[in-house]
Amino acid sequence: MNYDFKTGIELVKLCDAEDIKISEVMIRREMDISETAREDVIAEMRSSLHVMRESSEKGLTEKVQSVSRLSGGEAMKLYSYADAEPLSGSHTCKAAAAAMAVVEVNAAMGRIVAAPTAGASGILPGVLLETGKARNWSDDQLIEGLFCAGAVGMLFAKNATISGAAGGCQAETGVAAAISAAALVEISGGSPMQCLDAAAIAIKNIEGLVCDPVAGLVECPCIKRNAMGAANAMLSADMALCGITSLIPFDEVVVSMYNVGRDIRPEYRETSKGGLAATPTAKLIASGIKRMNGRRDD
Amino acid sequence: MENFSVFDIIGPRMTGPSSSHTAGAVRLGYIARRIIGAELDSVHFTLYGSFAETGRGHGTDKALIAGILGLLPDDPRISSANRIARESGVQIDFTFSDEPADHPNTVDIDAVDVNGKRTTVVGRSVGGGNILITEINGLDVEVTGDYPTLIIQHHDVPGVISDVSRVLAQLGVNIAYMKVFRHGRGDMDAYMCIETDNAVTPDMQAIIRRLCPDVHELMVI
Repeated sequence: MNYDFKTGIELVKLCDAEDIKISEVMIRREMDISETAREDVIAEMRSSLHVMRESSEKGLTEKVQSVSRLSGGEAMKLYSYADAEPLSGSHTCKAAAAAMAVVEVNAAMGRIVAAPTAGASGILPGVLLETGKARNWSDDQLIEGLFCAGAVGMLFAKNATISGAAGGCQAETGVAAAISAAALVEISGGSPMQCLDAAAIAIKNIEGLVCDPVAGLVECPCIKRNAMGAANAMLSADMALCGITSLIPFDEVVVSMYNVGRDIRPEYRETSKGGLAATPTAKLIASGIKRMNGRRDD
Repeated sequence: MENFSVFDIIGPRMTGPSSSHTAGAVRLGYIARRIIGAELDSVHFTLYGSFAETGRGHGTDKALIAGILGLLPDDPRISSANRIARESGVQIDFTFSDEPADHPNTVDIDAVDVNGKRTTVVGRSVGGGNILITEINGLDVEVTGDYPTLIIQHHDVPGVISDVSRVLAQLGVNIAYMKVFRHGRGDMDAYMCIETDNAVTPDMQAIIRRLCPDVHELMVI
Protein backbone atom coordinates (compact mmCIF):
# COMPACT_ATOMS: atom_id res chain seq x y z
CA MET A 1 0.00 0.00 0.00
CA ASN A 2 1.35 3.42 -0.97
CA TYR A 3 0.43 6.12 1.53
CA ASP A 4 1.72 9.09 -0.43
CA PHE A 5 -0.76 11.80 -1.40
CA LYS A 6 -0.64 15.12 -3.20
CA THR A 7 -4.11 16.58 -2.60
CA GLY A 8 -6.73 16.69 0.14
CA ILE A 9 -9.02 14.49 -1.95
CA GLU A 10 -6.30 11.82 -2.28
CA LEU A 11 -5.71 11.98 1.47
CA VAL A 12 -9.40 11.48 2.27
CA LYS A 13 -9.54 8.55 -0.19
CA LEU A 14 -6.58 6.89 1.55
CA CYS A 15 -8.38 7.32 4.90
CA ASP A 16 -11.66 5.96 3.56
CA ALA A 17 -10.04 2.97 1.80
CA GLU A 18 -8.83 1.51 5.09
CA ASP A 19 -11.10 3.36 7.50
CA ILE A 20 -8.16 5.11 9.17
CA LYS A 21 -7.55 8.64 10.42
CA ILE A 22 -5.40 11.28 8.70
CA SER A 23 -2.77 10.86 11.42
CA GLU A 24 -2.53 7.13 10.70
CA VAL A 25 -1.96 7.75 6.97
CA MET A 26 0.79 10.21 7.86
CA ILE A 27 2.47 7.83 10.32
CA ARG A 28 2.49 5.00 7.76
CA ARG A 29 3.76 7.34 5.03
CA GLU A 30 6.60 8.51 7.27
CA MET A 31 7.55 4.90 8.10
CA ASP A 32 7.73 4.20 4.35
CA ILE A 33 9.75 7.19 3.20
CA SER A 34 12.20 7.20 6.12
CA GLU A 35 12.39 3.39 6.38
CA THR A 36 11.93 3.77 10.12
CA ALA A 37 10.00 1.65 12.63
CA ARG A 38 6.65 2.92 13.87
CA GLU A 39 7.84 3.37 17.46
CA ASP A 40 10.80 5.51 16.30
CA VAL A 41 8.58 7.77 14.18
CA ILE A 42 6.24 8.22 17.17
CA ALA A 43 9.17 8.78 19.55
CA GLU A 44 10.53 11.56 17.33
CA MET A 45 7.16 13.33 17.44
CA ARG A 46 6.97 12.78 21.21
CA SER A 47 10.27 14.69 21.55
CA SER A 48 8.73 17.58 19.64
CA LEU A 49 5.63 17.49 21.87
CA HIS A 50 7.93 17.75 24.91
CA VAL A 51 9.71 20.80 23.48
CA MET A 52 6.31 22.36 22.64
CA ARG A 53 5.13 21.85 26.22
CA GLU A 54 8.40 23.14 27.66
CA SER A 55 8.28 26.33 25.58
CA SER A 56 4.64 27.06 26.33
CA GLU A 57 5.09 26.48 30.09
CA LYS A 58 8.20 28.64 30.12
CA GLY A 59 6.40 31.55 28.48
CA LEU A 60 3.41 31.19 30.83
CA THR A 61 5.39 31.00 34.06
CA GLU A 62 8.60 33.00 33.56
CA LYS A 63 8.96 36.62 32.64
CA VAL A 64 10.77 36.15 29.34
CA GLN A 65 12.17 39.10 27.43
CA SER A 66 13.18 39.20 23.77
CA VAL A 67 16.70 40.05 22.62
CA SER A 68 15.41 43.36 21.22
CA ARG A 69 13.52 44.00 24.50
CA LEU A 70 10.38 44.69 22.45
CA SER A 71 8.36 41.74 23.73
CA GLY A 72 7.80 39.30 26.57
CA GLY A 73 5.51 38.82 29.53
CA GLU A 74 2.23 39.47 27.74
CA ALA A 75 1.32 35.79 27.45
CA MET A 76 1.43 35.51 31.25
CA LYS A 77 -0.83 38.53 31.54
CA LEU A 78 -3.46 37.09 29.20
CA TYR A 79 -3.29 33.65 30.79
CA SER A 80 -4.02 34.86 34.30
CA TYR A 81 -6.77 37.16 32.99
CA ALA A 82 -8.36 34.15 31.27
CA ASP A 83 -9.77 32.90 34.58
CA ALA A 84 -11.89 36.04 35.03
CA GLU A 85 -14.65 35.23 32.50
CA PRO A 86 -13.04 36.89 29.48
CA LEU A 87 -15.22 37.99 26.57
CA SER A 88 -13.65 35.42 24.22
CA GLY A 89 -14.21 32.55 26.67
CA SER A 90 -11.75 31.17 29.20
CA HIS A 91 -10.56 28.22 27.13
CA THR A 92 -9.98 30.19 23.90
CA CYS A 93 -8.25 32.91 25.87
CA LYS A 94 -5.90 30.36 27.48
CA ALA A 95 -5.10 28.74 24.13
CA ALA A 96 -4.31 32.17 22.69
CA ALA A 97 -2.11 32.99 25.68
CA ALA A 98 -0.25 29.67 25.37
CA ALA A 99 0.31 30.38 21.67
CA MET A 100 1.76 33.80 22.51
CA ALA A 101 3.93 32.21 25.20
CA VAL A 102 5.74 29.99 22.69
CA VAL A 103 6.49 32.86 20.30
CA GLU A 104 7.67 35.07 23.19
CA VAL A 105 10.06 32.28 24.17
CA ASN A 106 11.16 32.05 20.53
CA ALA A 107 11.91 35.79 20.48
CA ALA A 108 13.90 35.37 23.70
CA MET A 109 16.16 32.78 22.00
CA GLY A 110 14.41 29.88 23.70
CA ARG A 111 13.86 26.47 22.14
CA ILE A 112 10.69 25.87 20.11
CA VAL A 113 9.33 23.58 17.40
CA ALA A 114 8.70 25.29 14.06
CA ALA A 115 5.05 24.51 13.18
CA PRO A 116 5.26 25.07 10.30
CA THR A 117 7.66 28.01 10.89
CA ALA A 118 9.28 29.65 13.91
CA GLY A 119 7.15 32.78 13.52
CA ALA A 120 3.95 30.70 13.65
CA SER A 121 5.25 28.18 16.19
CA GLY A 122 2.75 29.07 18.94
CA ILE A 123 -0.61 28.19 17.43
CA LEU A 124 -0.39 24.40 17.25
CA PRO A 125 1.02 23.85 20.77
CA GLY A 126 -1.24 26.58 22.16
CA VAL A 127 -4.52 25.04 21.02
CA LEU A 128 -3.52 21.38 21.46
CA LEU A 129 -1.98 21.66 24.92
CA GLU A 130 -4.68 23.90 26.38
CA THR A 131 -7.57 21.92 24.86
CA GLY A 132 -5.79 18.76 25.98
CA LYS A 133 -5.74 20.06 29.57
CA ALA A 134 -9.43 20.99 29.44
CA ARG A 135 -10.51 17.67 27.91
CA ASN A 136 -7.98 15.31 29.50
CA TRP A 137 -6.40 14.29 26.20
CA SER A 138 -3.45 11.91 26.57
CA ASP A 139 -0.02 12.59 25.07
CA ASP A 140 -0.71 9.78 22.59
CA GLN A 141 -3.80 11.64 21.39
CA LEU A 142 -1.85 14.89 21.13
CA ILE A 143 0.87 13.12 19.11
CA GLU A 144 -1.79 11.84 16.71
CA GLY A 145 -3.01 15.42 16.41
CA LEU A 146 0.51 16.52 15.47
CA PHE A 147 0.71 13.89 12.71
CA CYS A 148 -2.68 15.03 11.40
CA ALA A 149 -1.44 18.63 11.44
CA GLY A 150 1.72 17.54 9.62
CA ALA A 151 -0.33 15.86 6.88
CA VAL A 152 -2.48 18.93 6.26
CA GLY A 153 0.58 21.18 6.48
CA MET A 154 2.28 19.10 3.83
CA LEU A 155 -0.64 19.75 1.48
CA PHE A 156 0.05 23.48 1.83
CA ALA A 157 3.79 22.96 1.39
CA LYS A 158 3.26 20.90 -1.77
CA ASN A 159 0.47 22.88 -3.42
CA ALA A 160 1.05 26.40 -2.06
CA THR A 161 3.74 27.69 0.31
CA ILE A 162 4.50 27.80 4.02
CA SER A 163 6.94 30.71 3.77
CA GLY A 164 6.05 34.29 4.66
CA ALA A 165 8.66 35.54 2.20
CA ALA A 166 6.86 33.67 -0.58
CA GLY A 167 3.20 33.99 0.45
CA GLY A 168 2.78 36.47 3.31
CA CYS A 169 1.56 35.80 6.85
CA GLN A 170 -1.39 33.75 5.54
CA ALA A 171 1.25 31.11 4.66
CA GLU A 172 2.62 31.10 8.22
CA THR A 173 0.07 31.91 10.93
CA GLY A 174 -2.73 31.10 8.45
CA VAL A 175 -1.41 27.63 7.69
CA ALA A 176 -0.59 27.09 11.38
CA ALA A 177 -4.23 27.90 12.28
CA ALA A 178 -5.51 25.62 9.51
CA ILE A 179 -3.43 22.60 10.54
CA SER A 180 -4.28 23.21 14.20
CA ALA A 181 -8.00 23.28 13.38
CA ALA A 182 -7.62 19.96 11.53
CA ALA A 183 -5.80 18.41 14.50
CA LEU A 184 -8.48 19.61 16.95
CA VAL A 185 -11.20 18.09 14.76
CA GLU A 186 -9.44 14.73 14.44
CA ILE A 187 -8.77 14.36 18.17
CA SER A 188 -12.37 15.42 18.88
CA GLY A 189 -13.63 12.55 16.74
CA GLY A 190 -14.40 14.37 13.49
CA SER A 191 -14.04 12.72 10.07
CA PRO A 192 -11.08 13.32 7.72
CA MET A 193 -13.32 15.47 5.52
CA GLN A 194 -14.33 17.54 8.56
CA CYS A 195 -10.61 18.04 9.31
CA LEU A 196 -10.10 19.49 5.83
CA ASP A 197 -13.26 21.62 6.13
CA ALA A 198 -11.91 23.11 9.36
CA ALA A 199 -8.56 23.83 7.69
CA ALA A 200 -10.26 25.42 4.67
CA ILE A 201 -12.44 27.64 6.89
CA ALA A 202 -9.41 28.79 8.91
CA ILE A 203 -7.51 29.84 5.78
CA LYS A 204 -10.52 31.58 4.27
CA ASN A 205 -10.78 33.66 7.46
CA ILE A 206 -7.36 35.24 6.93
CA GLU A 207 -6.71 34.86 3.20
CA GLY A 208 -4.44 37.66 2.03
CA LEU A 209 -2.87 38.42 5.42
CA VAL A 210 0.47 40.17 4.78
CA CYS A 211 3.83 39.63 6.48
CA ASP A 212 5.06 43.02 7.74
CA PRO A 213 7.28 42.45 10.78
CA VAL A 214 8.46 45.57 12.59
CA ALA A 215 12.25 45.95 12.27
CA GLY A 216 12.35 42.54 10.55
CA LEU A 217 11.95 40.81 13.91
CA VAL A 218 9.65 37.86 14.67
CA GLU A 219 7.80 39.82 17.37
CA CYS A 220 5.36 42.50 16.24
CA PRO A 221 2.78 41.68 14.93
CA CYS A 222 3.76 37.97 14.93
CA ILE A 223 3.16 37.24 18.62
CA LYS A 224 -0.37 38.63 18.70
CA ARG A 225 -1.14 37.05 15.34
CA ASN A 226 -0.37 33.71 16.93
CA ALA A 227 -3.01 34.49 19.56
CA MET A 228 -5.46 35.33 16.80
CA GLY A 229 -4.46 32.19 14.90
CA ALA A 230 -5.26 30.09 17.98
CA ALA A 231 -8.73 31.63 18.25
CA ASN A 232 -9.23 31.13 14.49
CA ALA A 233 -8.29 27.45 14.84
CA MET A 234 -10.70 26.87 17.74
CA LEU A 235 -13.65 28.53 16.03
CA SER A 236 -12.96 26.87 12.65
CA ALA A 237 -12.76 23.46 14.38
CA ASP A 238 -16.07 24.09 16.16
CA MET A 239 -17.72 25.08 12.89
CA ALA A 240 -16.57 21.89 11.19
CA LEU A 241 -17.52 19.71 14.16
CA CYS A 242 -21.07 21.08 14.25
CA GLY A 243 -21.48 20.13 10.60
CA ILE A 244 -20.72 23.39 8.79
CA THR A 245 -18.81 22.68 5.58
CA SER A 246 -16.59 24.86 3.42
CA LEU A 247 -18.45 25.89 0.26
CA ILE A 248 -15.10 26.06 -1.56
CA PRO A 249 -13.38 22.64 -1.26
CA PHE A 250 -10.09 22.47 0.67
CA ASP A 251 -7.88 21.82 -2.38
CA GLU A 252 -9.29 24.85 -4.17
CA VAL A 253 -8.81 27.03 -1.09
CA VAL A 254 -5.13 25.99 -0.99
CA VAL A 255 -4.63 27.01 -4.62
CA SER A 256 -6.46 30.32 -4.13
CA MET A 257 -4.33 31.12 -1.10
CA TYR A 258 -1.21 30.42 -3.17
CA ASN A 259 -2.39 32.66 -6.00
CA VAL A 260 -3.19 35.47 -3.58
CA GLY A 261 0.25 35.01 -1.98
CA ARG A 262 1.95 35.43 -5.35
CA ASP A 263 0.01 38.63 -5.96
CA ILE A 264 1.05 40.15 -2.63
CA ARG A 265 3.66 42.80 -3.43
CA PRO A 266 7.21 42.10 -2.13
CA GLU A 267 6.90 44.99 0.37
CA TYR A 268 4.38 42.84 2.24
CA ARG A 269 6.31 39.56 2.16
CA GLU A 270 8.74 39.62 5.09
CA THR A 271 10.90 42.41 3.66
CA SER A 272 9.72 44.89 6.31
CA LYS A 273 9.30 47.57 3.66
CA GLY A 274 5.53 47.96 3.88
CA GLY A 275 2.50 47.73 6.14
CA LEU A 276 3.11 47.96 9.89
CA ALA A 277 6.87 47.82 9.30
CA ALA A 278 6.71 51.08 7.32
CA THR A 279 4.95 53.10 10.03
CA PRO A 280 6.83 55.98 11.73
CA THR A 281 6.95 54.06 15.02
CA ALA A 282 8.33 50.93 13.33
CA LYS A 283 11.04 52.97 11.60
CA LEU A 284 12.08 54.46 14.92
CA ILE A 285 12.28 50.98 16.47
CA ALA A 286 14.30 49.68 13.49
CA SER A 287 16.92 52.42 13.84
CA GLY A 288 17.19 51.61 17.57
CA ILE A 289 17.82 47.92 16.76
CA LYS A 290 20.57 48.88 14.34
CA ARG A 291 22.27 50.91 17.08
CA MET A 292 22.39 47.75 19.23
CA ASN A 293 25.07 46.40 16.88
CA GLY A 294 27.95 47.93 18.78
CA ARG A 295 26.96 46.29 22.07
CA ARG A 296 27.65 42.83 23.41
CA ASP A 297 25.65 41.47 26.32
CA ASP A 298 24.46 38.16 27.72
CA MET B 1 11.40 19.60 -2.18
CA GLU B 2 8.74 17.09 -3.12
CA ASN B 3 9.23 14.28 -0.66
CA PHE B 4 8.50 16.18 2.56
CA SER B 5 8.88 14.38 5.85
CA VAL B 6 6.27 15.12 8.53
CA PHE B 7 9.20 16.56 10.50
CA ASP B 8 9.81 19.18 7.79
CA ILE B 9 6.34 20.53 8.62
CA ILE B 10 6.21 19.91 12.38
CA GLY B 11 9.83 20.85 13.04
CA PRO B 12 12.68 21.45 13.23
CA ARG B 13 13.17 21.79 16.97
CA MET B 14 15.29 24.91 17.14
CA THR B 15 16.40 27.87 19.20
CA GLY B 16 14.60 31.00 18.03
CA PRO B 17 13.79 33.49 16.89
CA SER B 18 14.45 32.94 13.18
CA SER B 19 15.21 29.86 11.10
CA SER B 20 17.36 31.88 8.69
CA HIS B 21 18.90 34.45 11.07
CA THR B 22 19.36 32.16 14.08
CA ALA B 23 19.21 28.43 13.24
CA GLY B 24 20.99 28.97 9.90
CA ALA B 25 23.62 31.14 11.61
CA VAL B 26 24.32 28.40 14.17
CA ARG B 27 24.85 25.93 11.31
CA LEU B 28 27.18 28.33 9.48
CA GLY B 29 29.30 28.67 12.61
CA TYR B 30 29.20 24.93 13.27
CA ILE B 31 30.32 24.01 9.76
CA ALA B 32 33.07 26.65 9.84
CA ARG B 33 34.31 24.99 13.04
CA ARG B 34 34.39 21.61 11.29
CA ILE B 35 36.38 23.16 8.43
CA ILE B 36 38.86 24.76 10.87
CA GLY B 37 39.17 21.41 12.61
CA ALA B 38 41.16 22.58 15.68
CA GLU B 39 40.64 24.49 18.93
CA LEU B 40 40.12 28.22 18.32
CA ASP B 41 42.19 31.15 19.42
CA SER B 42 40.25 34.03 17.83
CA VAL B 43 37.42 34.60 15.37
CA HIS B 44 36.35 37.72 13.52
CA PHE B 45 32.85 37.70 11.99
CA THR B 46 31.79 40.23 9.36
CA LEU B 47 28.03 40.37 8.76
CA TYR B 48 26.46 41.69 5.55
CA GLY B 49 22.98 42.60 4.30
CA SER B 50 20.06 41.57 6.47
CA PHE B 51 22.46 39.75 8.83
CA ALA B 52 24.05 43.15 9.54
CA GLU B 53 20.73 45.07 9.60
CA THR B 54 18.68 42.87 11.94
CA GLY B 55 21.29 40.40 13.15
CA ARG B 56 21.53 41.72 16.68
CA GLY B 57 17.74 41.59 17.17
CA HIS B 58 17.66 38.02 15.89
CA GLY B 59 20.62 36.94 18.00
CA THR B 60 22.61 36.16 14.84
CA ASP B 61 25.81 37.14 16.67
CA LYS B 62 25.18 34.71 19.55
CA ALA B 63 24.10 32.05 17.05
CA LEU B 64 27.36 32.31 15.07
CA ILE B 65 29.43 32.18 18.26
CA ALA B 66 27.45 29.17 19.53
CA GLY B 67 27.96 27.35 16.24
CA ILE B 68 31.68 28.00 16.04
CA LEU B 69 31.99 26.72 19.62
CA GLY B 70 30.37 23.46 18.43
CA LEU B 71 26.73 23.88 19.52
CA LEU B 72 23.88 22.73 17.25
CA PRO B 73 20.71 24.74 16.37
CA ASP B 74 18.50 23.09 19.04
CA ASP B 75 20.95 23.68 21.89
CA PRO B 76 19.32 25.65 24.74
CA ARG B 77 22.70 27.26 25.59
CA ILE B 78 22.82 29.38 22.41
CA SER B 79 21.60 32.50 24.23
CA SER B 80 24.60 32.20 26.62
CA ALA B 81 27.13 31.90 23.78
CA ASN B 82 29.02 35.07 24.76
CA ARG B 83 29.66 33.71 28.25
CA ILE B 84 30.70 30.28 26.94
CA ALA B 85 33.18 31.95 24.56
CA ARG B 86 34.67 34.01 27.41
CA GLU B 87 34.99 30.94 29.63
CA SER B 88 36.72 28.96 26.90
CA GLY B 89 39.09 31.87 26.21
CA VAL B 90 38.19 32.33 22.56
CA GLN B 91 38.55 35.95 21.43
CA ILE B 92 35.54 37.00 19.34
CA ASP B 93 34.67 40.22 17.57
CA PHE B 94 32.21 41.47 14.98
CA THR B 95 31.95 43.93 12.13
CA PHE B 96 28.45 44.88 10.95
CA SER B 97 29.16 45.92 7.36
CA ASP B 98 27.20 48.31 5.13
CA GLU B 99 28.98 46.92 2.03
CA PRO B 100 26.75 45.09 -0.48
CA ALA B 101 26.95 41.28 -0.63
CA ASP B 102 25.81 38.68 -3.18
CA HIS B 103 23.20 37.36 -0.77
CA PRO B 104 21.32 39.26 1.99
CA ASN B 105 22.30 36.85 4.77
CA THR B 106 26.06 36.58 4.33
CA VAL B 107 28.83 36.13 6.90
CA ASP B 108 32.57 36.26 6.47
CA ILE B 109 34.42 34.21 9.11
CA ASP B 110 38.13 34.79 9.72
CA ALA B 111 39.52 32.42 12.35
CA VAL B 112 42.91 31.63 13.85
CA ASP B 113 43.33 28.31 15.67
CA VAL B 114 45.53 27.63 18.71
CA ASN B 115 48.36 26.53 16.39
CA GLY B 116 48.30 29.94 14.69
CA LYS B 117 46.76 28.61 11.46
CA ARG B 118 44.35 31.02 9.78
CA THR B 119 41.17 29.85 8.00
CA THR B 120 38.62 32.01 6.19
CA VAL B 121 35.09 30.85 5.40
CA VAL B 122 32.29 32.74 3.64
CA GLY B 123 28.73 31.43 3.88
CA ARG B 124 25.11 32.42 3.55
CA SER B 125 21.87 31.42 5.24
CA VAL B 126 19.48 30.59 2.41
CA GLY B 127 16.21 30.10 4.33
CA GLY B 128 14.49 27.58 6.59
CA GLY B 129 17.74 26.96 8.47
CA ASN B 130 19.54 25.82 5.32
CA ILE B 131 22.97 27.21 4.50
CA LEU B 132 25.57 27.35 1.76
CA ILE B 133 29.31 27.73 2.28
CA THR B 134 30.55 29.64 -0.78
CA GLU B 135 34.22 30.20 -0.07
CA ILE B 136 36.98 28.48 1.90
CA ASN B 137 40.41 30.18 2.11
CA GLY B 138 39.58 32.39 -0.85
CA LEU B 139 38.47 29.54 -3.11
CA ASP B 140 34.89 29.28 -4.42
CA VAL B 141 33.08 26.15 -3.18
CA GLU B 142 29.50 24.99 -2.68
CA VAL B 143 28.94 23.12 0.57
CA THR B 144 25.45 22.70 2.02
CA GLY B 145 26.34 20.60 5.05
CA ASP B 146 23.29 18.42 4.36
CA TYR B 147 25.54 15.43 3.58
CA PRO B 148 28.91 14.25 4.87
CA THR B 149 31.28 16.37 2.77
CA LEU B 150 34.86 15.72 1.71
CA ILE B 151 36.90 18.71 0.64
CA ILE B 152 40.09 17.69 -1.11
CA GLN B 153 42.91 19.97 -2.17
CA HIS B 154 44.87 18.36 -4.98
CA HIS B 155 47.26 18.85 -7.86
CA ASP B 156 45.34 19.56 -11.09
CA VAL B 157 46.58 16.56 -13.15
CA PRO B 158 44.73 13.92 -15.22
CA GLY B 159 43.48 10.93 -13.19
CA VAL B 160 43.28 12.45 -9.73
CA ILE B 161 39.48 12.67 -9.81
CA SER B 162 39.11 9.09 -10.96
CA ASP B 163 41.65 7.96 -8.31
CA VAL B 164 39.60 9.52 -5.54
CA SER B 165 36.24 8.29 -6.85
CA ARG B 166 37.65 4.77 -7.38
CA VAL B 167 38.98 4.60 -3.81
CA LEU B 168 35.65 5.88 -2.47
CA ALA B 169 33.82 3.21 -4.49
CA GLN B 170 36.11 0.50 -3.12
CA LEU B 171 35.39 1.77 0.40
CA GLY B 172 31.65 1.45 -0.31
CA VAL B 173 31.07 5.22 -0.12
CA ASN B 174 28.43 6.48 -2.56
CA ILE B 175 28.93 9.96 -4.05
CA ALA B 176 25.76 12.06 -3.96
CA TYR B 177 27.13 15.32 -5.47
CA MET B 178 30.58 16.30 -6.67
CA LYS B 179 32.14 19.52 -7.92
CA VAL B 180 35.70 20.48 -8.88
CA PHE B 181 37.25 23.96 -8.68
CA ARG B 182 40.59 25.47 -9.70
CA HIS B 183 42.24 28.85 -10.19
CA GLY B 184 43.85 27.80 -13.50
CA ARG B 185 45.15 24.86 -15.54
CA GLY B 186 47.74 22.64 -13.81
CA ASP B 187 47.03 24.38 -10.50
CA MET B 188 48.87 22.98 -7.46
CA ASP B 189 45.84 23.64 -5.27
CA ALA B 190 42.73 22.68 -7.16
CA TYR B 191 39.81 21.52 -5.02
CA MET B 192 37.19 18.77 -5.13
CA CYS B 193 34.06 19.02 -3.06
CA ILE B 194 32.34 15.64 -2.67
CA GLU B 195 29.06 15.13 -0.84
CA THR B 196 28.48 11.49 0.10
CA ASP B 197 25.64 9.31 1.36
CA ASN B 198 27.90 7.58 3.90
CA ALA B 199 30.24 9.00 6.51
CA VAL B 200 33.95 9.03 5.56
CA THR B 201 35.74 7.73 8.66
CA PRO B 202 39.31 8.70 9.71
CA ASP B 203 40.50 5.24 8.53
CA MET B 204 39.00 5.86 5.11
CA GLN B 205 40.62 9.30 4.97
CA ALA B 206 44.01 7.72 5.65
CA ILE B 207 43.44 5.22 2.82
CA ILE B 208 42.54 8.02 0.38
CA ARG B 209 45.72 9.90 1.32
CA ARG B 210 47.84 6.77 0.84
CA LEU B 211 46.34 5.69 -2.48
CA CYS B 212 45.94 9.10 -4.11
CA PRO B 213 49.40 10.75 -4.25
CA ASP B 214 48.15 13.94 -5.92
CA VAL B 215 45.88 14.70 -2.97
CA HIS B 216 47.61 17.34 -0.79
CA GLU B 217 45.01 17.98 1.87
CA LEU B 218 41.73 16.43 2.85
CA MET B 219 39.09 17.54 5.27
CA VAL B 220 35.73 16.10 6.22
CA ILE B 221 32.78 18.23 7.27
